[in-house]
Amino acid sequence: MRDLSLHLLDIIQNSIAAKAGKIITIIYANKLDDELGIIVEDNGHGMDKEFLDKVTDPFVTTRKTRKIGIGLPLLKSSSEMAGGKLDIDSARGKGTILKSTFKIGHIDRLPLGDISDTFVSLIAARPDIEFELKLDNGEKSFLFNSFEIKKKLDGVPITEYEVLSWLKEFIDEGVKTIFGGVLNEVDS
Amino acid sequence: MKSIAELEEIRKKTLEQINMRKNNERLRVVVGMATCGIAAGARPVMNALLEELKRRNVNDVSVTMTGCIGVCKLEPIVEVINPDGSKVTYVKMTPEKAVRVVAEHIVNGRICRDYTIGAEEGK
Repeated sequence: MRDLSLHLLDIIQNSIAAKAGKIITIIYANKLDDELGIIVEDNGHGMDKEFLDKVTDPFVTTRKTRKIGIGLPLLKSSSEMAGGKLDIDSARGKGTILKSTFKIGHIDRLPLGDISDTFVSLIAARPDIEFELKLDNGEKSFLFNSFEIKKKLDGVPITEYEVLSWLKEFIDEGVKTIFGGVLNEVDS
Repeated sequence: MKSIAELEEIRKKTLEQINMRKNNERLRVVVGMATCGIAAGARPVMNALLEELKRRNVNDVSVTMTGCIGVCKLEPIVEVINPDGSKVTYVKMTPEKAVRVVAEHIVNGRICRDYTIGAEEGK
């Protein structure tokens, strides 16, 4: 994967495959600790301990088309090569919480990428799922919730192109406000 | 700064248009968005489809995503599905090809044969 927003899009597909109705994403960057983290929490069907223990093994997958799955192994390797790690906690019937960390200043840390594109694609494809995004830099935070927007729209589908364009700009501004000057790749 | 008030403006504006629209879904467009698709560039393809549909004011086509379709080497893959379930599978897509598929296939009903899985596999 070229950037973190693509990794995020990829792992959220796992939550969707787990039939999650609500998916919460938290992205935080703390300059003092030199840590960037992505947390994805869903209320999908979760995994039992046996599956969880081997889930970052590329030869373990739930899909039927073939016997390999490399979404999580790729994220794990992206984290580890940037001085971070990947933790996953899950329970059958409860959901899954995933945390992937990176050292902000590590030379191999992937750039953030286009976070708004990731969420706009997800919302356009699955307006029935509640997507929440929180961005935090230790001082300020930005919160976005697709169902809150839906409520405001009162009957107008969130998938309307005009609405999607607005969402993109809204999230872009959030990223700029929170991570501008904190992450080198985001202009302040 | 983007404001919620702007959202209210969009709501009012689009509500009128929606009321005038017939709610028949003419086509469903599905983009393969598993690890293979994303790594190959499926997200810009999906956004190009949305942008072009918006630009041409096409409102009776839905765009959604799916998991791995099973031919990862041909990703990004886009399927255009008719209401009767028959479909055209486009492979090795790019944002530029996506724009052409919207113009020729979705708007004008002419399948872009050179982008289809049949054409690719026949090479």
